[in-house]
Amino acid sequence: MAGRRERRGAPDRKPVGVVRDPVAQALRDALAPATARLARALGDLWVADDAVQDAAVVALQRWPAEGVPARPDLWLLEVARNRAIDRWRREATLRRKLEELKESHARAPGESAEDRVSLLFTCCHPAIPRESQVALTLRAVCGLTVPQIAAAFMVADATIAQRIVRAKRKITAACIPFGVPAPEHLHFRLDEVLAALYLMFNEGYLSTDATAADRPNLAEEAEWLTGQLATLMPQEPEVLGLLALMRLHRARRVTRFDEQGTLRPLQDQDRSRWHHVTIRDAAALVLRASRLLRPGPYQLQAAIAACHAEASEWEATDWPQIVLLYDELNRRAGTPVTRLHRAIALRYVAGPQVALDELDSLAPELDRHHLFHATRAALLRDLDRRDEAKAADRRALEHTRNPAERALLWRRLAAGEELTPEAAPAATGR
Amino acid sequence: MKYMLLFCGTREAQRAFEAMSPEDLGPRFAEVGRWFAENASKITESNQLDRPDSATTVHLDRGDEPLITNGPYLEGNEVIGGYAVIDVENLDDALAMATTWPGGASVEVRPIASR
Repeated sequence: MAGRRERRGAPDRKPVGVVRDPVAQALRDALAPATARLARALGDLWVADDAVQDAAVVALQRWPAEGVPARPDLWLLEVARNRAIDRWRREATLRRKLEELKESHARAPGESAEDRVSLLFTCCHPAIPRESQVALTLRAVCGLTVPQIAAAFMVADATIAQRIVRAKRKITAACIPFGVPAPEHLHFRLDEVLAALYLMFNEGYLSTDATAADRPNLAEEAEWLTGQLATLMPQEPEVLGLLALMRLHRARRVTRFDEQGTLRPLQDQDRSRWHHVTIRDAAALVLRASRLLRPGPYQLQAAIAACHAEASEWEATDWPQIVLLYDELNRRAGTPVTRLHRAIALRYVAGPQVALDELDSLAPELDRHHLFHATRAALLRDLDRRDEAKAADRRALEHTRNPAERALLWRRLAAGEELTPEAAPAATGR
Repeated sequence: MKYMLLFCGTREAQRAFEAMSPEDLGPRFAEVGRWFAENASKITESNQLDRPDSATTVHLDRGDEPLITNGPYLEGNEVIGGYAVIDVENLDDALAMATTWPGGASVEVRPIASR
């Protein structure tokens, strides 16, 4: 075991999923600024990304032996720029592009958070389909490889590669701008970025696979990106709200599954194992966002998550407050799923029959949603209608493929034990 | 960067528009006129198209001989009512213009190919 070193992650980033050795970390932090700067100089993300990826391969060969350069982003940019020049030399538009490159040479990359966020806005433009936004963001901003992204979404490599190619083509053809949008465009651009980040987070949050150590953790990538966004836009309350929401969910991550990988309901989780420092910080973030006096769906969901996280025990949960917050959320950005969550909270304010009535009114929209049937099963069990409860659990099983959720449903069917679905992140409408 | 804004709508909307009285049409035209005036510096050219049933289509892909049919190429419920060619910095500027269009149901924003 000679030469074995302890793996240490950065203090605020757990070493889950993405490998965090110094070379990989430095490379990863440098990729987005270099790509963003070169893309801006060239007006062509396609060429810039290819060139920077080539440069990254060179870095992986040289940095471990030569050491990480003082400014990895400048190093990458320099190599990538040379690659791009080589490429342009072979093409007809040589002269004009060379001029542009010479000009960009004079300027160093700007503050790296801004470059990353600029690239994030480009990747998440509303003109690009959502699934391509997420794939392109993971590739261009987070520096994940196509096979890593494909593994995270459990689709073929070729599917992800195609989504990325299409997105890049669209950026070039439609002239999607680089950079943080002008204030007058921010309202429709920011919503789109937050929605893509939230999708990325939810995919990671619900599909977390504790046994696959080398699988990229989408939730972690999404939280990191949202943190970058919050650094650059501390006055945007919805950005702060989304960041707080992600942190509140992460703070409770260790207790979400039991030793067998079965989803553990919120009421059965050992709250002493939650990350209370993170919860306090996130709650403070919710408060900071609320002082900006522009409430929105992410802030409301974060406030709901904070109600759960700050309760010292299940019985101490402030359900009336949670119902009020859901009312406000439904008024602003209600979806069938957020209404379902309101019904769950209503159970603890007005009793199972009232909650069941409200839930049943959502049947037309949610008949194919596993959480609808799982919640119905729990309420029916509370009302001692056990056969109907079992039937509802079976319907829920038909509609989820997530192994941890399936395990819980199977166990419930076997034992007929009491259960309330965990407060999972609720999808908001676009 | 040049884009074509295609002003689109449904056949029902087209019929409703045709059925409007001159008194109702006045304010509507005034709104559209204001939009064109406000964006005049970015608009290269623009036109309202005549009614869809005024169109004649020549099909070159239906057999050996060109086939001439009565009516527009779009056969569904969609109607293109007019267009504007605009010259702006990027897609966000084009989208910002399209979002303020007062005259119809949808605006397709299509880049003009530069080759």
